[in-house]
Amino acid sequence: MTKGITLEIPAKAEYLSLVRAVVVSAAGLDPAVEDQRIEDLRLAVSEATTNAIRAHANLGSDERITIRCGLGDDRIEVEVQDRGPGFNPEELKEVGPLNEPERLQYEGGFGIPLMRVLADEIQIDSADEGTTVQLVVYIPPSS
Amino acid sequence: MMLGITQKDKDGWVVLELSGEIDMATGPKLRQTIVHRVQDGDTKIVLDLSGVDFVDSTGLGVLIGGLKRTRSHGGDLRCVGLTEPLKEMFKLTGLDAILSKENKTPEDIEGFSHD
Repeated sequence: MTKGITLEIPAKAEYLSLVRAVVVSAAGLDPAVEDQRIEDLRLAVSEATTNAIRAHANLGSDERITIRCGLGDDRIEVEVQDRGPGFNPEELKEVGPLNEPERLQYEGGFGIPLMRVLADEIQIDSADEGTTVQLVVYIPPSS
Repeated sequence: MMLGITQKDKDGWVVLELSGEIDMATGPKLRQTIVHRVQDGDTKIVLDLSGVDFVDSTGLGVLIGGLKRTRSHGGDLRCVGLTEPLKEMFKLTGLDAILSKENKTPEDIEGFSHD
């Protein structure tokens, strides 16, 4: 990544809008990035950061969440790193489509599926000492 | 950004005009408002989302919770005024099939008077 910024935030929901605003502003620095892709990134980063805040629920308030946003020639990479207890992405419960009546029993379960749809690449590395979610959105070549 | 909620009563429906963002920080405020209105017997609720700039999965959870709560009390929850990004998100999650009509304003809902 040739350019980038790093944010460290307390694991509190009121910082979500700040994270979104910073990532959107950073992505907007490259005029080749389409508005729709910036919206995709905005939502995907919000989902990743929300999960990170939830993962910190039982940690001390000193433990911070790190968000790194890198701008390359052909991609934007955002990494959200928490210090929570980790999880196995392979063991996530499959949730069905919302138009199935039983799906309405769950109000959650959208976050990771949404990230998978919105980002061009997603990598989730999770261990006992924390989870890192890397989201990539491609930048189209300049015409 | 905060979430603004203006409450109006019209033709037997409660209209909640929302502005701002619905996420983990602001979702509880909307959830509480819906819960209180249903507790008061107002089970037909319209959410006017035309002033909402952003909804994430936590916000969707609040909408689904509101839908379940109103329907379990014999009412309903409708969404109107979806912006293009919100329409896209509703489509991605399948929420459009159960929650969203193509109504642009509360007056487009059947039974609403036009004044």
